[in-house]
This record gives sequence, structure tokens and C-alpha cells, in this order.
Amino acid sequence: MTEHKQNRFLPYLREDRLPHIFCPGCGNGAIINAFLAAMEKAEMDFDNIAMVSGIGCSSRIPGYLKCDSLHTTHGRALSFATGLKTANKDLDVVVFTGDGDAASIGGNHLIHAARRNINLTVICINNNIYGMTGGQISPTSPKGSFGTTAPYGNQDTPFHLAELVAAAGASYSARWTTVQIENLVLSIKEGLKNPGFSFIEVATQCPTYFGRKNKLKTPTAMVAVMKANTVFKSAAERMKPKELEGKIVVGEFANTQKDEFTENIDKISVEKSGKRTLINSAYEAEL
Amino acid sequence: MSEEFFIQGNEACAKGAIAAGCRFFAGYPITPSTEIAETLARELPKVGGSFVQMEDEIASAGAIIGGSWGGAKSMTATSGPGISLMQENIGYAFMSETPIVIVDVQRGSPSTAQPTMAAQGDMMQARWGSHGDYEPIALSPSSVQEFFDFTVKAFNLAEEYRVPVFVMADEVIGHMREKIVVDENIEIVPRKRPEKSDDFLPFENIENGTTPMPAFGDGFNIHVTGLTHDERGYPDTNNPETHDKLIQRICDKVLNNKDKICSLKAENCEGADIIIVSYGAPVRSVVEAMKRSDKKVGFIKIDTPWPFPDEKIAELTKDAKDILVVEMNLGQMYYEVDRACKRNSNVHLMGVIGGLLPTPDEILEQVDRLGGN
Repeated sequence: MTEHKQNRFLPYLREDRLPHIFCPGCGNGAIINAFLAAMEKAEMDFDNIAMVSGIGCSSRIPGYLKCDSLHTTHGRALSFATGLKTANKDLDVVVFTGDGDAASIGGNHLIHAARRNINLTVICINNNIYGMTGGQISPTSPKGSFGTTAPYGNQDTPFHLAELVAAAGASYSARWTTVQIENLVLSIKEGLKNPGFSFIEVATQCPTYFGRKNKLKTPTAMVAVMKANTVFKSAAERMKPKELEGKIVVGEFANTQKDEFTENIDKISVEKSGKRTLINSAYEAEL
Repeated sequence: MSEEFFIQGNEACAKGAIAAGCRFFAGYPITPSTEIAETLARELPKVGGSFVQMEDEIASAGAIIGGSWGGAKSMTATSGPGISLMQENIGYAFMSETPIVIVDVQRGSPSTAQPTMAAQGDMMQARWGSHGDYEPIALSPSSVQEFFDFTVKAFNLAEEYRVPVFVMADEVIGHMREKIVVDENIEIVPRKRPEKSDDFLPFENIENGTTPMPAFGDGFNIHVTGLTHDERGYPDTNNPETHDKLIQRICDKVLNNKDKICSLKAENCEGADIIIVSYGAPVRSVVEAMKRSDKKVGFIKIDTPWPFPDEKIAELTKDAKDILVVEMNLGQMYYEVDRACKRNSNVHLMGVIGGLLPTPDEILEQVDRLGGN
């Protein structure tokens, strides 16, 4: 009898919540692995990580990880995370979100969190579709792609999230796909270490809905197409817009140092009260 | 020892928040509540607190829930259009049992309507604004002093029962200036931290319904969700029993303590044929009308519209022929009073809209029409 080798990341999971709800072939598992690997590489204290998510398949991830996790309302994860991080500036706050959650219903919070450059690490899992509700088009669905609400093909033009967030002021923004796991791990590590707003978009496969609606029936077929369409940013910079149609440009779109929001709030507190902002003051009988 | 201030209602609210231990405020500018945000933007950094101007009211409500789990007593302040936007996240706060304080300085409504005029049009939104079953607590101040006192009380109730608490003020109370007296020793309720143990259940179905709340970072590794969850906080959405137990507990922890939470002030009710019921700013005119009236008129001032003090009101009004509800809308708490009286008395509405307080003479006119002794 062969013994199953225990996954080395198992201690980080809430085993009592398994099995998870993700479909066979979903990219979320690979992304959880990439996150945990990056977290170890960044030498983060896992006990100091607090997770926040919205609504959707990707937003279920924090519920499987053994840390404090706030599974919030649709699109609003970044506003909850802003409050959490501001109230306790010592926590390392990580947000899991998706394309619909972050860029459609939560689009306003996304650009404003980026504008503030608040120290959050956001992993946006972009599967180009609403998975949880059964395959409707999202703000990143390619033009012409099919979904249950686009039976004749998507007429909308998709957002390019990593570029959008970089333009909105984030100090770190990158895009990879589930094909480039090593690059993804390095980017999440960069994001965790960056003292500012870090946005890591991961293009991923949703065989159940996007695949089924778009004649890409297996996870491997989806990954193969994604791989074939991937262009590194350095190469993309030399390509014409026409040549870039339908391509997924991967790489870093912002990697700079900027003032961070909660540090600035602490500075004001030090100036006005002589100390950093209080932590866990709700538990004090006298302040 | 106590200190006296001559200040605006909105400033008194901000002062009350700080006195109660509020150390996180997130909000969005809106008339007639803005001075609360402005005051806290200036004052919070002086006491080690944080202020964030969010991108909208949806984000403001989200941020204070996040702030509360981050270990800070948290508040937002808004008016009708903002309270409409906040409702989904307020429902989340009820479901996740997150203590927060929401101040609503009510203005003419619906829609944008009358930004600088007073109204009480959001009373039912405080009760039923978010979808589903829950039991809110709401306080209605009728003076600048009460705006201070009720804000402190709102934080204490929020912590005691782990619920969102509304302070339902209005433009008159928010913008008027009065003297207030602030005691040196204000009773504040600190959050209870659970004891560390392997079998800690953050949403345990305990007898009084309110489990102690850990902060994120305390090492409890808790999962908080708006989905129907079990006592561990884990989603369990298709089990009718889990949902029933959870929602019953969330409602019962408030309903079973109505005696402690509900507050009203009654005057002259015994033997009165006519009793006036009011809350918030119109109370000021009712008090003056009572002085001018030569009839025996009773008066009930409701401090806590929610949970509605129905049993107390039923008892106080049982011998009255007529009850006049004075409020600044076209009938919201009126229906609650009518329900509480179980039609033993004729309940009449004096609903005033347009933004101006009813005058004492206008109230007396209504009282005279009812006859009585």
C-alpha cells in the first residue's frame, strides 16, 4: 500500500471545512498553493494574516484557510479591508476577489483603494465569467465570448484590470495566468512585501462555465489556449494594438514606492496625540 | 465633576462618540450630517483614533464593519440617501453580529428632496431597511444633550448585544445649538474578549444570545460570513435548522431584553383622555403645547423607537380615548402605536412634512379637535 504524501500546505487549511466547493479543473486550487508558497517565501507570519473577500467562487478561498477571515458582501471586500487595516495597522490584510466582484459591482472601491495606496494585498482571480451564479458574462469577458447572458456573444469591451489598477495609483500591480505559477508566486511575494496597495490579477480557467459556453470543454484545453495567447509585457510593448487583440499580457504594470495610507494616518495620530493609533481599543474600559 | 458646552447637535454626537470609546469613523459627506464627520476628522487623531473619508456610503458601512472586527468601536454618520445605500452592509452587520453605530440625521425625503430641512422619514428604514429578519436598536434624540447621551448609549448597546445601533436624529437636532452637561465619569461598556480555548465557538447558541467577540489578530482564526453559518461561523446554507437557530438567536438576544433596552418617558398619562406620543425633534413642540393647554393631556416620549416599546405604551394608554401621534412623516411610528394600543383607543396621526417642526399651537389645534377633558 502506498501512503498518501500529505500536502505541505495542509496545516494552513481548515481541514474541518474540506472538501471544498470548487469544480474539477478550477484554477483556485493552484492559486491557493501559489499564495501559500509566496507567503512562506516572503517569510510572513501566517498568524498575523487576516483575509477579506467578497462574493463569488474566488471569495470562498479565505473560508478554507486557517486565519481570521471576513467573507463580506458582493463587491465590498476592499471597503471592509480598508476599515480592518486602518483599525489595526499591524495586521497583514489579504483580499481574495474575482473579476465580477472587484471590477463590476466593486469597481469604485477598487480604484479608490488603489488611489489611497492602502497596504492591502489583493489577489484577483479573473475567470472572465460569473461562476457562482452560473455563467453570466463579466466585465472582463472578451468581446464576442459567450455566456448565459450573452447568447449572441458579448457586446461589451473588457476591462484590463492590472493596467486599470496601476493607472489608479497602486504601487504594485501585476498579471499572470495559472500557466505561469512560478511568476505568480514571485508576484504575490512582491505584493505581500510591498508596503502599499498590491494587486495581482490571475487569469484562470473556468471549465464549468466559460469553457462550456465557449467550446473549450476541458481544463487542459482552456489552459492550452491561455498559454498560446499569453504575451509577456516586454514583447507586448513592441506589438501593434491589432496584434494584441485577444492576447493576455503578463508581467508587472506597477512596481514603485509611494506614500502608504495607514502610515500617514499613524503619522497624524503621532503628531496630534503623541502616539500611534490605538489597537484593540474597543476592549478597554478607559481610554 | 462635569463640564458644560454650548454646541451644535452634530458636534455633541461626535463628542459623545469619542466619550463612548469610538476610535474609528468612516463616512461620506452628506447634508445635514456632515459636521459629525468634520468634527471627528479633527478630533479622532487627538485621541489615537482613525478617520477615513470613503468613496461612498456603501464603502463607509463596509469600512466600519471591518474596523469593528479590527478591534475599534466604529461609527458612521449619514442622512436618508446614505442610509439607503448602506442597507446591504447593515444587514451583513446584523448577520455577522458586528457592533457598529449608524447615525442618521434625517432630512426631507424621498430621494434627494430637502437636504437642509428636518424629517423623520427613515424610521421604517431603520427597522426594515435591509432584507430579511433581524431586530435593530434605534434611539431618537430630541435635544443636543440627548444627541450626546444617546450616542454614548448607542455604543454601549452595540457592544452589549453585538448589534448595529441606529441613532435616528434629524436636521433640527443636528444643527441646533444648546448647552450640554458632560459628566466626568461616563459609563462605557468595553467589548468582552473571549477566553482562549480549543472549543471556542464564536457564534455559540448560548442562553443570553450574545457571545464575546474576538478581534482579528487575537489568534482565534475565526471565519465571519454573511451566509447562514453554524456556531463555528462556517457556512451551512442549505440546512433549515441552522438558519432557524441562527436567526432566532440574533432576534431573541434583542427581543428577550426589551425591558432593559426600551426607554420612554411618560407624563400625565393617568386619567388622561388624550395622550400625545412623539419622538425626536417634534417632542420640543409637544412639551411647549402641553404647557399651553388647559386640558389634561398625557404625553409619551419614545427614546427607543426600536425595539418598539409596545407593551409599555399599551399599558400607559389603556384608558385613553384618543392618542395623537406627532411625527415628521406621513405615518411611520403611528402604525406601531396603533398596533400597540390594539385599537383600545382611537389613534390619530399628526404627520408633518415639508421640513418645519410642527408648532405648539398647531399641536394644540389637533388636540382641541379631539375634544376630551
